[in-house]
Amino acid sequence: MSKVLMKGNEAIGAAAIAAGCKYFFGYPITPQSELPEYMSARLPKIGGVYLQAESEVAAINMVYGAAGTGKRVMTSSSSPGIALKQEGISYIAGAELPCVIVNMVRGGPGLGSIQPAQSDYNQATRGGGDGDYKLLVYAPGNIQEMVDLVQLAFDKADYYRNPVMILGDGMMGQMMEPVEFKEMPKMDLPAKDWATTGTQEKRKPNVINSLYLAAEELEQHNIHLQTKYQEMIDKEIMFEEYNMEGAELVIVAYGTTARISKAAVDLLQAQGIHVGLIRPITVWPFPYQAIKDLPESAKNILCVEMSMGQMIDDVRIGNEGQRPIHFVGRSGGMIPTPQLVIDKVKEILNGGK
Amino acid sequence: MTTIKIITGHYGSGKTEFAVSLAMQLAAKGRKVALGDLDIVNPYFRSRERAEMMGNEGIRVISSTLGHASSLDLPAVSAEIRGPIADPEYDVILDLGGDEVGARVVVAFAEDIKARGYEMLLVINAYRPETRDLDGVMRYLEGIEYTSNLKFTGLIVNTHMIWDTTTEDVLAGIELARQVSHRSGLPIRYISAIKSALAGLPPDIEGERLPVGMYMRDAWM
Repeated sequence: MSKVLMKGNEAIGAAAIAAGCKYFFGYPITPQSELPEYMSARLPKIGGVYLQAESEVAAINMVYGAAGTGKRVMTSSSSPGIALKQEGISYIAGAELPCVIVNMVRGGPGLGSIQPAQSDYNQATRGGGDGDYKLLVYAPGNIQEMVDLVQLAFDKADYYRNPVMILGDGMMGQMMEPVEFKEMPKMDLPAKDWATTGTQEKRKPNVINSLYLAAEELEQHNIHLQTKYQEMIDKEIMFEEYNMEGAELVIVAYGTTARISKAAVDLLQAQGIHVGLIRPITVWPFPYQAIKDLPESAKNILCVEMSMGQMIDDVRIGNEGQRPIHFVGRSGGMIPTPQLVIDKVKEILNGGK
Repeated sequence: MTTIKIITGHYGSGKTEFAVSLAMQLAAKGRKVALGDLDIVNPYFRSRERAEMMGNEGIRVISSTLGHASSLDLPAVSAEIRGPIADPEYDVILDLGGDEVGARVVVAFAEDIKARGYEMLLVINAYRPETRDLDGVMRYLEGIEYTSNLKFTGLIVNTHMIWDTTTEDVLAGIELARQVSHRSGLPIRYISAIKSALAGLPPDIEGERLPVGMYMRDAWM
């Protein structure tokens, strides 16, 4: 298929359908409402179901139910809505069901604003629900990558039997860009013999549940979950490096702020200042090793975020105390400019002046 | 002679970029311009985000009763827009929200608009999946006429791929617009794209050329 021009939110919908998702349960919230709107128009035409639930809590529990049948299912929301879904997300992770959850982050806390932000990083990477669970979290940097990662997310969700999150922000959801729907490589996936699809009286019923009253059993379940998370750490980390060789300072940023930072890196390069960029594409698992192995030339690290600095902790873990870590960002729905990043880089290189 | 120009179409077709570029072009010619941002559907990439830039060029920008702040998600349109609509000294540009839902708001002003006379222009981008062919465009054309209570008077060719737009892209857009023109009887009023893509067009093609200023996209996008 040739290139088309799409808005981030509708591109996610098209990508999900291309990945075989026919079921969507959600509740509208700015700045992601184009996605449920797109699904509401499309899914009934392909024999699927779009359902606008009475709340985010209802929507995530519908996802729980639909995922239990082994069908590909998606929900989406923005920050306060995703906060409401946390209980269900923990249940889905506990019951080991695949699904894809989209968060187009907006300013918080609370109702916050409707403008873009990245202040749900901790919620996404640490888990907003209860218990020892993890989500595989992709943070796309442009609409094409978002289209590709949404399709990959469904495969990974099936493979790990775990929820996968697409962590965007309002700008990624609203921005228009050329995209192409490529034939994705087919992943070899295990049969969904755990799904509740009717026994035909030929097997024992499958049970989907996150309740384990025997402590020994629940501990074993947790140990099993951890082996999956370890496999994700071993196999799923994705990041991009840009302009790294010989860089005297390295910026770490994801999503929209990575894009802004890349513009800053190019503008600085034109002024003879060599700055590199590490862009985590998975924010969980996080590319700690890439932070640990920065080139010798890099003497400082700068985190750029649309939050008050939530990713700093992960950069600190990877850094292992090697280099000073700085931060620059905007919050509440404000978007940093390349100039803000440039000024901060110069301030750091001039020794804080 | 001054006019009211209503800019409407499928969402994501480039209505706002066109409306702002047209306002800037008219202002540069010394015209008295009012731009009404009537987009109450989507709170991102609205023309009010460039109110300061347009204000500096003498353009009167009217949006919400609560001001131009981009974070307002309220269906509030300032009645101030009634002034320029009724004032024949003004060239009025009305930038509507996308699709039929976005066009509905204009009904509130339809009688005044009809009384003075107007142009309603359909922005067409053939690279938007929903308006890639004649039937797709006609659905939006008919839907918007139905909800707005106004009739289209012309078409805007705005087939583009943002910065990657080529002359061939624009020519493909003209081809689609000609089909729409043939079916609907509406003339092509404008051909709009980045300057480099317009430069290669044959001179005899109908429609006024309007280079877009790419005002709505920040440099890093």
